[in-house]
Amino acid sequence: MGVHAMRAGVLAGGLLLPAWSMADWTLNMTPGVTGTSNEIFSLHMTILWICVAIGVVVFGVMFWSILAHRKSEGHKPAHFHENTAVEVAWTIIPFVILVIMAIPATATLVDMYDTEESDIDIKITGYQWKWRYDYINDDFGFFSNMATSQDEIYNRAAKSEHYLLDVDNPLVIPVGKKVRFLVTANDVIHSWWVPAFGVKKDAIPGFINETWTRVDEPGIYRGQCTELCGRDHGFMPVVVKAVPQAEYDAWVQDQLAAAELERQLTEKEWTLEELLERGERVYATACAACHQANGAGIPPTFPALKGNPVVTEDLPAHLDIVVNGVSGTAMQAFGPQLSEADLAAVITYERNAWGNNTGEMITPKQVFDYKNQQ
Amino acid sequence: MSAVIDTHAGEHHHGPAKGITRWLFTTNHKDIGTMYLVFSFAMFLFGGSMAMVIRAELFQPGLQIVDPEFFNQMTTMHGLIMVFGAVMPAFVGLANWMLPMMVGAPDMALPRMNNWSFWLLPCAFLILASTLFMSGGAPNFGWTFYAPLSTTYGPPSTTFFIFAVHIMGISSIMGAINVIATILNLRAPGMTLMKMPLFVWTWLITAFLLIAVMPVLAGVVTMMLMDINFGTSFFDASGGGDPVLFQHVFWFFGHPEVYIMILPAFGAVSHIIPAFSRKPLFGYASMVYAVGAIALLSFVVWAHHMFTVGIPIAGQLFFMYATMLIAVPTGVKVFNWVATMFRGALTFEAPMLFAVAFVILFTIGGFSGLMLAIAPADFQYHDTYFVVAHFHYVLVPGAIFGIFASAYFWLPKWTGHMYDETLAKTHFWLSFIGMNLAFFPMHFLGLAGMPRRIPDYALQFADFNMVSSIGAFMFGATQLLFLLIVVKCIRGGEQAPAKPWEGAEGLEWTLPSPPPYHSFQTPPEVK
Ligand code: HEC
Ligand code: HEM
Ligand SMILES: [Cu+2]
Ligand SMILES: [Cu+2]
Repeated sequence: MGVHAMRAGVLAGGLLLPAWSMADWTLNMTPGVTGTSNEIFSLHMTILWICVAIGVVVFGVMFWSILAHRKSEGHKPAHFHENTAVEVAWTIIPFVILVIMAIPATATLVDMYDTEESDIDIKITGYQWKWRYDYINDDFGFFSNMATSQDEIYNRAAKSEHYLLDVDNPLVIPVGKKVRFLVTANDVIHSWWVPAFGVKKDAIPGFINETWTRVDEPGIYRGQCTELCGRDHGFMPVVVKAVPQAEYDAWVQDQLAAAELERQLTEKEWTLEELLERGERVYATACAACHQANGAGIPPTFPALKGNPVVTEDLPAHLDIVVNGVSGTAMQAFGPQLSEADLAAVITYERNAWGNNTGEMITPKQVFDYKNQQ
Repeated sequence: MSAVIDTHAGEHHHGPAKGITRWLFTTNHKDIGTMYLVFSFAMFLFGGSMAMVIRAELFQPGLQIVDPEFFNQMTTMHGLIMVFGAVMPAFVGLANWMLPMMVGAPDMALPRMNNWSFWLLPCAFLILASTLFMSGGAPNFGWTFYAPLSTTYGPPSTTFFIFAVHIMGISSIMGAINVIATILNLRAPGMTLMKMPLFVWTWLITAFLLIAVMPVLAGVVTMMLMDINFGTSFFDASGGGDPVLFQHVFWFFGHPEVYIMILPAFGAVSHIIPAFSRKPLFGYASMVYAVGAIALLSFVVWAHHMFTVGIPIAGQLFFMYATMLIAVPTGVKVFNWVATMFRGALTFEAPMLFAVAFVILFTIGGFSGLMLAIAPADFQYHDTYFVVAHFHYVLVPGAIFGIFASAYFWLPKWTGHMYDETLAKTHFWLSFIGMNLAFFPMHFLGLAGMPRRIPDYALQFADFNMVSSIGAFMFGATQLLFLLIVVKCIRGGEQAPAKPWEGAEGLEWTLPSPPPYHSFQTPPEVK
């Protein structure tokens, strides 16, 4: 090959490479990083090749007829219209193929259903529109919200690498351990999916589903909610960080310490400014999806909080709605979800943001007392 | 034949009434058939334009055109309108036009009910469409309207949606009763069941499916109505109900429903392929048995839509095996069509082009269906674009191409004119390319992990989404061409003989084109 041609090739490649590396023309499922996902992948490939083989035969005969048996080619039609032997054969053969296919599928399914003898149990709860992870054995838990900014979504800022697939607090699990997930939901049905694990399970309010995984390779794995759950269904990603055991243990200790710190916040004396600052952050993650960042809501489904009498006047009602929710609506009970400090902060924020300048504040201690009275 | 028909035939020969009353009060199967077809095409364009909104929003990552809330309304309304407004009425329209002519009857058996069952439909869809303008917006919970998203969390318009579904259901049931009554009572002397044309057979079985499952749909929406308005808790766990119960009841209706949308197309294609192969249909009897088997099996596979909800493993295995089993009779049908073409003398006019594309692309949809039946693999496919690809491969080239094939096949009979073959072939090729461009990449998107029903997606899905949108716009725009072709064909064109297709068989071709207002005044003899 001429050296010029090679140079031209390299140059063209060099120019196009950035464009290509952005493009992702993935065609197939990936095998994933767990035993289950690998088994599923091999089932997928087997059935795919079976389909391709049948397709080649059927379409082969068909295209043969289309090309060779045309009237314009002067082909005279035959008159046969049944043949018992052939008909029996093409009923039996597919049946046998299916039976052969069903055997490994059954084995994989049995394996996927075996949630016994887990090392760690994690409760996953779907909320509109975030996930909560509770580490049952260690008695702590947290919410996991999408971390992609509205600016990126509305094309006002460049989209980051993990656009829509980034969260503030990922689920952390140790590698090589059997982790059992207890999946449920707080409001509507969601579905928790991590393709690389081959784990997808519906989160159903009032019921608990079980599934499990054992991840072999450390890494960050991303997935999404796959059951339509309302407006922001497309914006509740799942991110799982699989880490070595030692790192996991250290992380658990950190979480326990942080939970203790959180409890101490209730005791602390707060100023209005501190509460407002904290409240703005809480509002953005917990409330803005429905009531919107500017407090205008999306009436009539999600009421405006700006200028709303509940928010500007009736403090007990405000506290009650935020802590206990409004049953039968999308307004959840935030009492069990947020700490006292966060509840006090977000209520204070709402009462002072967007021109609701009441100047009032409510302290974490008051919220704590209110919760205890109930 | 029956006394009713005799007295009717004894009356003076009369044509249609004049003006709007012809359509409002008509009891004539051809007029009602025409209205069904026109209505269905209008809904096809209406639901199709919603698909264009969806594809426009998905053209690029990020939110550009619509709010996620409205996006959900679009997917929901698109699905509902296509299923209940475009596909089902089109087949009822074809049944109205063709069944009396195929069995040698003057009209449908219950003509007044026929009128009523049609006119209910525009009412139902007017109600459904009006929800778009209600406060809180149209239904936004997907065409499967899973509780509690559609009950506790549904928009206020949900009650109107329920009412619309009830009306559609009544209309479908009346249509089905009419079909059964016509086929069982008005067949020409000598036409035994096993001599019936396949379109008649498939519609007979479809009608029984409709009667079996539409009440189930009515039941599930009534339970929703009670949950929303009267304080019951069928689907609310906090009141002792079960959200999964909703899915069981819905899919007990839903799976037979997908066969309701495809069986009549099977029938029509079984006429068209032999006609243009100039060779009798291969395996008539096995075709009939296969349709029967598919219909029966369709009642015991519903939970394959629910592999991830956590049903016990025994249930999981049962539904997996039953679903795989359906592939056998479906395969038999495909093999029969191919064997019919084999060693025929083929020509490729528009009906044949659509019919051949039907067989190929429906088979591809069948393959992905078989893949979805493998329960462990379905854990990865479920609720991704792989499923969207699958059901569009069975619905667009299946139901819709089946309907186009039928329309071109019988247009000369209906109008008395030949349609413009060149335009029709253009319609075919643009539809074929557009449809594959739109839906084939969705397989890749699903396998790469893109969930369905999302208004925005991660960056790795960008390229194929753009391709898919381009294909969708192409497919959508092409359908206006069909409107043009049909209008042109109604207004004039080469005179069509009684039997415009050399190889076509059946009683309908013994009538002149266009046929007389009351099809067969005296029953023909079938040998
Ligand atoms: C999933 C959507 C959603 C989220 C998230 C949400 N809300 Fe609400 N909120 C609602 C709905 C719906 C209502 C109306 C309930 C009703 O019908 O009375 C509501 C009502 C309210 C009201 C009473 C308004 C009135 O006029 O009665 C307050 C106050 C409120 N929310 C505060 C909050 C706060 C604080 C947060 C965050 C911690 C929050 N909401 C998060 C959906 C939501
Ligand atoms: C004009 C060509 C069509 C295009 C471009 C198109 C496009 C789409 C797309 C992109 C979706 C997925 C929406 C989502 O999950 O976010 C969808 C859903 C759907 N489509 Fe189509 N479609 C077309 C025609 C049809 C036809 C002819 C039918 C039925 C006969 C149909 C039935 C459905 C159904 C039932 C859904 C599911 C809705 C839901 O998720 O609730 N579509 N369509
Ligand atoms: Cu979701
Ligand atoms: Cu099904």
